Amino acid sequence: MGCYGMALEVEKYLERVERADGLSDIQTLIVDLRDHYRVHHVVYHWVSSDGEQYGCGTYDPKWVQHYVDSEYLRIDPVIIGCFQRFHPVDWKRLDWSSKQARTFQQDAIAHGVGNQGYSIPIRGPNGQFALFSLSHSCSDAEWSDFTRTHQRELILIAHYFNLKALEFEKNRTPEPSRGLSPREVDALTFLAMGYARGQVADMLSISEHTLRAYIESARFKLGAMNTTHAVARAMVEGLIIVGGAARAAQGDWPGRKEVVRTQAR
Amino acid sequence: MLRYLYARDLEQFQRLQDSMFRDRADQFHRRLGWDVTVDGRGWERDQYDDLNPLYVIWERPDGLHGGSTRFLPTTGRTMVNEHFLHLTDGVAFRSPFIWECTRFCLAPEAPSRVASALMVGGGELMRAFNLRHFVGVFDAPMVRIYRMLGSVPDVLGSQGTGRGAVSVGLWHYASEERRRVLERAGMSSELSEHWFQRSFGHPVEARMIA
Repeated sequence: MGCYGMALEVEKYLERVERADGLSDIQTLIVDLRDHYRVHHVVYHWVSSDGEQYGCGTYDPKWVQHYVDSEYLRIDPVIIGCFQRFHPVDWKRLDWSSKQARTFQQDAIAHGVGNQGYSIPIRGPNGQFALFSLSHSCSDAEWSDFTRTHQRELILIAHYFNLKALEFEKNRTPEPSRGLSPREVDALTFLAMGYARGQVADMLSISEHTLRAYIESARFKLGAMNTTHAVARAMVEGLIIVGGAARAAQGDWPGRKEVVRTQAR
Repeated sequence: MLRYLYARDLEQFQRLQDSMFRDRADQFHRRLGWDVTVDGRGWERDQYDDLNPLYVIWERPDGLHGGSTRFLPTTGRTMVNEHFLHLTDGVAFRSPFIWECTRFCLAPEAPSRVASALMVGGGELMRAFNLRHFVGVFDAPMVRIYRMLGSVPDVLGSQGTGRGAVSVGLWHYASEERRRVLERAGMSSELSEHWFQRSFGHPVEARMIA
């Protein structure tokens, strides 16, 4: 598993997710992720706000068909246990006590799903729901170690897949400025101008902790991995303007650097 | 003891559920005079209770509610983003690593360690699920109590005056505060982790990722 391999370059990977232009790109990214972590399977399952369902993943198509034919959706403890929840779940913690569930599990293992699994439920806007899952065959200890080590990046990846899926959703018009408020735009602008976080917090009359929450939130709305990336993206999208235009428009501040550089996180 | 329960699992604990929603009616309707709905059962519930939120609940030895608070992920629908943007300078917080925390409620005459215990519970959620912030709605006078508990939010904005005033604030993950909050709750780290494991089936699994 990945814990023995090279660390995933999460930023590069998320940039690829951002560039994805359709479900086939998502499929390629999922296969790459599986190969990187050296787990049996990675699956992303999405239910849109109007109940439409999509799935991308590495399961054997025979298993997918069998799952549908057997109406396993109704008894699958992963679906039942994760639906409407929002914390990452190790499949061992789900309720496998019924005979149906145990039969289903044996069937899944026989089809190569693996004896271990981990799912990240995602709540999107307007009741949209998605599930991002990994499965594998290994010991409990190995699996626990793997999921503990990678939880944060898996949560990120899961949500970035979901942002992409929302973009693909039919008839969905992109939100203006992706919901960035003027305050968030101000924060990113000052960071792009080279101010340190402490200075930006002072200028916005907020604590540095609150500034961090602004940045965390802006990063997510922009689909950016880190602050530098968020600033770059906001600039590309014309949300923030630095340089001549900003100088002309916004006057001067003490301590301002002439060279525009992005603030590393 | 602390319980971490999703709304749909709360039905299995009827005494706890009933007393929690009644205590919420007592606190938010009767004592604070907030514009909340109390149903025929005497329960204070709102639309966000229907979204299967996660509650952190202090259960008294007799099975009744001692205190509770309610969590929702900010990637989905939240009360702050739908009703309180005028108190956040218009910032709609949205991130897998920021959850919303609302309806912080204490049973009448609950000892102060119950409030601390709820703080411990919030901290365990942060530790377990890599959360960095909670954005919360609370009655403004609570800030004094939060300060006493050693877990002070940054208040982003307030509306109203006196007892009924409402504030929106941010809590930030601070691992160094954990021991202090545990002490105030009169709880050992082991006990808190045990209760977490009882609810979630796995350890808190602290991981600090900068």
